[in-house]
Amino acid sequence: MDSDDDFMSAVSSEDDVLPDDSENEDMSDAEDFDFDDEPDPDLGMSKDFGVKKKVPFDINFKVFHPSDIQKQQDDLINEVNMILDISKEEAAILLRHFRWNKERLLEDSMDKQRQVFEAAGLAQTSAGPPRLETIPGFVCDICCEEGEGLQSFAIKCGHRYCVDCYRHYLSQKIRGEGEAARIQCPADGCNLIIDSRSLDLLVMPELTGRYHELLNRTYVEDKDTLKWCPAPDCQNAIECGVKKKELDKVVPTVACDCGHRFCFGCILNDHQPAPCELVKKWLKKCADDSETANWISANTKECPKCNSTIEKNGGCNHMTCRKCKHEFCWMCMGLWSEHGTSWYSCNRFEEKSGTEARDAQARSRVSLERYLHYYNRYANHEQSARLDKNIYQKTETKMVQLQKESGMSWIEVQYLNSASQALQTCRQTLMWTYAFAFYLARNNLTEIFEDNQKDLEMAVEALSGMFEKNVTELSDPKLKVEIMDKTAYCNKRRIILLEDTAANLAEGRWTFNVELTSGAAASSSHRR
Amino acid sequence: MASGSQKRLAKEYADCTKTPPTGMSIHLANESDLHKWHVTLEGPAGSVYAGGRFGLIITLPTDYPFKAPDVRFATRIYHPNVTNDNQGGICLGLLKSGNWKPSTRLLSVLEAIRGLLAEPQPDDPLEARIAHEYQNDRKEFEKNARSYVNHYAKGPVKFDVAPPNVNASGSSKDGAAPSR
Ligand SMILES: [Zn+2]
Ligand SMILES: [Zn+2]
Ligand SMILES: [Zn+2]
Ligand SMILES: [Zn+2]
Ligand SMILES: [Zn+2]
Ligand SMILES: [Zn+2]
Repeated sequence: MDSDDDFMSAVSSEDDVLPDDSENEDMSDAEDFDFDDEPDPDLGMSKDFGVKKKVPFDINFKVFHPSDIQKQQDDLINEVNMILDISKEEAAILLRHFRWNKERLLEDSMDKQRQVFEAAGLAQTSAGPPRLETIPGFVCDICCEEGEGLQSFAIKCGHRYCVDCYRHYLSQKIRGEGEAARIQCPADGCNLIIDSRSLDLLVMPELTGRYHELLNRTYVEDKDTLKWCPAPDCQNAIECGVKKKELDKVVPTVACDCGHRFCFGCILNDHQPAPCELVKKWLKKCADDSETANWISANTKECPKCNSTIEKNGGCNHMTCRKCKHEFCWMCMGLWSEHGTSWYSCNRFEEKSGTEARDAQARSRVSLERYLHYYNRYANHEQSARLDKNIYQKTETKMVQLQKESGMSWIEVQYLNSASQALQTCRQTLMWTYAFAFYLARNNLTEIFEDNQKDLEMAVEALSGMFEKNVTELSDPKLKVEIMDKTAYCNKRRIILLEDTAANLAEGRWTFNVELTSGAAASSSHRR
Repeated sequence: MASGSQKRLAKEYADCTKTPPTGMSIHLANESDLHKWHVTLEGPAGSVYAGGRFGLIITLPTDYPFKAPDVRFATRIYHPNVTNDNQGGICLGLLKSGNWKPSTRLLSVLEAIRGLLAEPQPDDPLEARIAHEYQNDRKEFEKNARSYVNHYAKGPVKFDVAPPNVNASGSSKDGAAPSR
């Protein structure tokens, strides 16, 4: 129980855990982070939480825009170009060969320049830059053409081909194979790399654009600490030091400047508090079991009292039957009146006692029920987050009306925007708490987790209910204050929950009923 | 480019038929189409395949020589680097799209395949089980390979295998696809 004490103090200090301005968007802390240093073994993990004001699920990361990515490459190229006295194109080829590890490049090049250049596909000669030439008696070895004015080209190795063949070869590599950084001389057995200047000389501008795009791509892909933001149309990359082997201790959520929040470990949307491996297992399970579970995520259900069909049209789980006015919870179909009190038990699956689970059939039914319990809640928050989003879009119109009706300015109605964002982030978190809980084995910490989950869930449902009110109700200034307070409260409850789960994860205090380290994918016998 | 490719093909075919590589005879599947070759390959002396005659079908893509040729066995063969089915797919480093060079000649491809029969490459297998057997139970492997030779690779070579599922040129329909 030794760990229990400091754990309790971390969660029980209700209101003053965090300064009030700790918005969840403000996750990055770039100033005190210097990437030029030798990477620290656990760079991404703030191991000294509690000492710093930082929350334990905060991860160090940096957003790079396309110009930053270009500049980083240019800076390294210029440096190597000056130190080694080679052209910039050659410096780039060397750097790519060393996966942009400048220190190792320089060290190795000092010791054994010949071997290094050969391995990287660089010519040893210091011949001038390649150019197009017309040589009498030349026969192209690729197309077997010859002729008076046949223009030809060769890089420093001297393997000469006609310009048409060279161009066709390059466009096949760039467009057909998506290759850029490692295009070799077309000669059989020659591993010299075609430099970017030769390429610019030979191919059409539209292909050069693609070529340089691919080069940038390999820069990011070659570095383990860099990943592209997966948002469509986003060109940014994120730098983060969290290593693959640390993913059982930390959930590295990063936020791109484009607004997209994703996991640096697996590139999926933010899935805190569940570790990547659980997410992978959970998604696979959901896909496998989708047929059994599909009916649950359907948009309609029957009223538990009068059986009339009820369609869920907002994010709120508090349902009122239009026909009989029965109030119930969408998730558990239980009485809503039981939900505002200590009776609230919508989030925790009550394990049935042993008697029912005696025979195998009953046990498998219990295990399915257990899965459905968590899946139901997971799917519900996922769906609600989507509905909340739709409602916000509708609310934008409402916000305009609200301005007219109440005389509030555009800025003054922005609290609805904040509420909508809070709803979505919190539902995203809630959704993954259920996947997390599904794999969680009970110990003395799970109850606190379930309490945190319940608190957040209740706050979110309350906010969701207020958020759906109509314009007339919304123009009541009292409701505005309530919504703002509830928004702040939701955000705070979310942070408390994430702090708790992250701290325990980092310390290895959770027990899961599955293996958390990913089994290395069995290497297939044949790659094509 | 199409005419260039035609010129190169004609030259390669002429070279290959004038001085064919050791133990091989080369024909076009159809006199008017340079894109499909039928090669008969004798099992290299001293190997388990000696005494067998193997059919190879070479399909040259329209974009040849910028894209690699498709080469497959028409005759069943028990070999770690050849699929053990009626597709006869071959795993050969120099034919993989990232490795293929447009200056590589079919002559070197054919020689590489002959080399593969003389010395299988169990480290990069298409048939993991056969590769494992080759490495751990050479006697059993040789027995199986010889029995395949006796069963499939004696007598006149037939080229009527299932058409390759890649680079199907469309123009040449043999109409001889066997039932699977
Ligand atoms: Zn040419
Ligand atoms: Zn060359
Ligand atoms: Zn982005
Ligand atoms: Zn992840
Ligand atoms: Zn009802
Ligand atoms: Zn409920």
